Amino acid sequence: MEENKTLYTVSASPHAKNSTGVTGVMLDVIIALLPAGIMGAVTFGLRALAVIGVCVGSAVLFEFLYTKIMKKPTTLGDLSAVVTGLLLAYNLPVGIPFWMCVIGSFAAIVVVKQFFGGLGQNFANPAITARIVLLVSFAGAMTAYPASVLPDAVTGATPLGVLGTLPAKEAAAQIGAWTANGELPTLTQMAFGIRGGCIGEVCGAALLLGGLYLLIRRVINWRIPVCYLGTVAVFMLIASGFDLTYTAYELLSGGLLLGAIFMATDYTTSPINKTGKLVFGIGCGLLTCVIRLYGSLPEGVSYSILLMNILTPLIEKATMPKYFGKTKKKKAKEGKAA
Amino acid sequence: MAHIRTDALLKAVKKGKGGIHAPYHKITAEKETVRIPAPEFVTLPMLQHIGAPCTPTVKKGDYVCVGQVIGDSDKFLSVPIHASVSGTVESVQDVKLANGTMAPAVKIKNDGEMKLWEGIVPPVVNNKEDLVKAIRASGLVGLGGAGFPSFVKLTVSDDKPIDTLVVNAAECEPYITVDYRECIENSWDIYSGVKTLQELLSLKKVVIAVEDNKPAAIAVLKSIAAKDDSVFVMGLKSRYPQGAEKMMVLSATGRTVPEGKLPADVGVIVMNVASVAFVARYLKTGKPLTSRSVTVSGDCVKEPMNVRVPIGTSLRDIVDFCGGFTQEPAKLISGGPMMGTAITSLDVPLLKSNNAVLALSAKNAGLKKETACIRCGRCHEACPMNLIPTNIEKYALKGDAETLASMGTMVCMECGSCAYSCPAGKPLVQYMRLAKSIVKEAAKK
Repeated sequence: MEENKTLYTVSASPHAKNSTGVTGVMLDVIIALLPAGIMGAVTFGLRALAVIGVCVGSAVLFEFLYTKIMKKPTTLGDLSAVVTGLLLAYNLPVGIPFWMCVIGSFAAIVVVKQFFGGLGQNFANPAITARIVLLVSFAGAMTAYPASVLPDAVTGATPLGVLGTLPAKEAAAQIGAWTANGELPTLTQMAFGIRGGCIGEVCGAALLLGGLYLLIRRVINWRIPVCYLGTVAVFMLIASGFDLTYTAYELLSGGLLLGAIFMATDYTTSPINKTGKLVFGIGCGLLTCVIRLYGSLPEGVSYSILLMNILTPLIEKATMPKYFGKTKKKKAKEGKAA
Repeated sequence: MAHIRTDALLKAVKKGKGGIHAPYHKITAEKETVRIPAPEFVTLPMLQHIGAPCTPTVKKGDYVCVGQVIGDSDKFLSVPIHASVSGTVESVQDVKLANGTMAPAVKIKNDGEMKLWEGIVPPVVNNKEDLVKAIRASGLVGLGGAGFPSFVKLTVSDDKPIDTLVVNAAECEPYITVDYRECIENSWDIYSGVKTLQELLSLKKVVIAVEDNKPAAIAVLKSIAAKDDSVFVMGLKSRYPQGAEKMMVLSATGRTVPEGKLPADVGVIVMNVASVAFVARYLKTGKPLTSRSVTVSGDCVKEPMNVRVPIGTSLRDIVDFCGGFTQEPAKLISGGPMMGTAITSLDVPLLKSNNAVLALSAKNAGLKKETACIRCGRCHEACPMNLIPTNIEKYALKGDAETLASMGTMVCMECGSCAYSCPAGKPLVQYMRLAKSIVKEAAKK
């Protein structure tokens, strides 16, 4: 009976679990975000790294302070605050004053995330909401997009700002002239980040690389990014009278790739089921196109994702998956009972 | 005909969704089953099956022989319990079972004779009714782990025509290899059982389904059934929970068992491969279920192996036979790691439905700290029933029975794929059990 001294662990089945943890998932997202950040620093100079540093640092600090003050267990280890800080920095122009970054982090971590219950409980994407808070509060600083420090870079307005001056069909016809006189970057420059914009959104190639990594690691699923980008592509093709160049510009400009790959796929604020993900992606795409083409704002990614975030619970409810063996007869019975 | 069968039909008819790919850990697969010496004492609980417990039919001091009935019940959902050694009844009292419940049990002191009861004669079976009666008398329960009385499965009314028998040899749980060894060592028993059941139940088709990570078992069974046009050996994709009854029916026949129904409702009977082999042996010898094979495995067991053990042997005797522990385990499990029960002590008797005893170190015991749900959806992706476990958890904590029922909570079979996949280490199976009990409670009102 000496063995009775040993206490064995008793818990509900299963007694095997895979090794992926929340920290691992977040680490994957951070790794996937790195190329875009590096390209941001290449494009805009070392100040980009400083902005990223301030955003990440203040996000982590706010998370730490909040849990300390509220006497909650510290959650820094899950790295979600780092991801939020990175995404926020990627959505800011390089010239933004550092104190604004800190306000943005506060809005993201404390107001949007922690006030609603912390990780997994927020109804909207913290980084996107913080960007919108800053955009509304400091419109000047938030839309002052410095040109790339790289040689041959186009100075002046952002590509979307240029394209938005004319209706889609006319803009499509003008692209050649704009690139020739240096008002618009070439498509290659667009793809590799030699253009004005926010720190993390300029290099399409780096963002796609990150997206590929997340897909391979099965951190994200193809449904939201593909539906989002696909909807924008189809909409813009039709709007421009099937002009491929114009569509490519639309796909590469603004924060579309950053939004579609990293922000719209945020677990907490997008539907969990497959059909819901399709609806969510298409919804984001449609809203983005409508805002870009018919709204007074040049850019619509943040607003579209925020709006779809709010609709997420409804989408999920409307697209409940059919579980195994579910029968129609059963439904009718339930109807009678009710 | 033969070429069609081997090429087209051997693949799964329809693939189920979800599931997980857990490491197999089938370390005992290539070791021959060893019969362990009968222990000094066996303890035979009166509840070794799903259903009504038996009442002991012997008292302290009685002399019993192997195969003698020592407990029976007049309820429908019950099977008799037989002595697994010969000797004197030491006591009849309540004991604690592996899952924590108490049940009356007959403890027998083994006299070492292993004397067979004189009443043992091969049953005379000429039709379905005889078969059902004989199987009940044999004390057979599903040997795959659930412990459902087998004769009940075969008792189907005539308005539910059964055309297919699926012999479940998937063995999708990690570590366990008893069914695999059964296929290798007793393949002729399996085939003989299959043919008997097919004839008596007038079944058109029999599918023996094995996961494709056991090519040796598939090869052996195929060679035996090669000339038989109605017995198909099917290799299924190795994906847990392939061996779950509803998954099995879908994979082997392409039929979906509706919510709240049984495989019989779609014309299928599913039986574990070891149960089928036992049926063949029982009909030949008349010796009831008094012993079974068990996988003793895990990274803390000195000599992991499959052993043939008299039912009622204490798990401690079994583990001691396998050399004991190399290191103090963090978790002891009766059954497989996915659906087995964590036990507090080895001093519990082996039941008819126990197919494994595992001793795992902390590293392999699935000890993950619980953190907040990030709604990543991995539980939903893993769910073979296409449920959304994290949402069910939410409504279970609210106690919302109506929403829970509409979400399909009751089709959950607690396979554990959700909790296995959860990066936040949530005990989702526990929440599913809570949700199911809420729905059941509400239905009673």
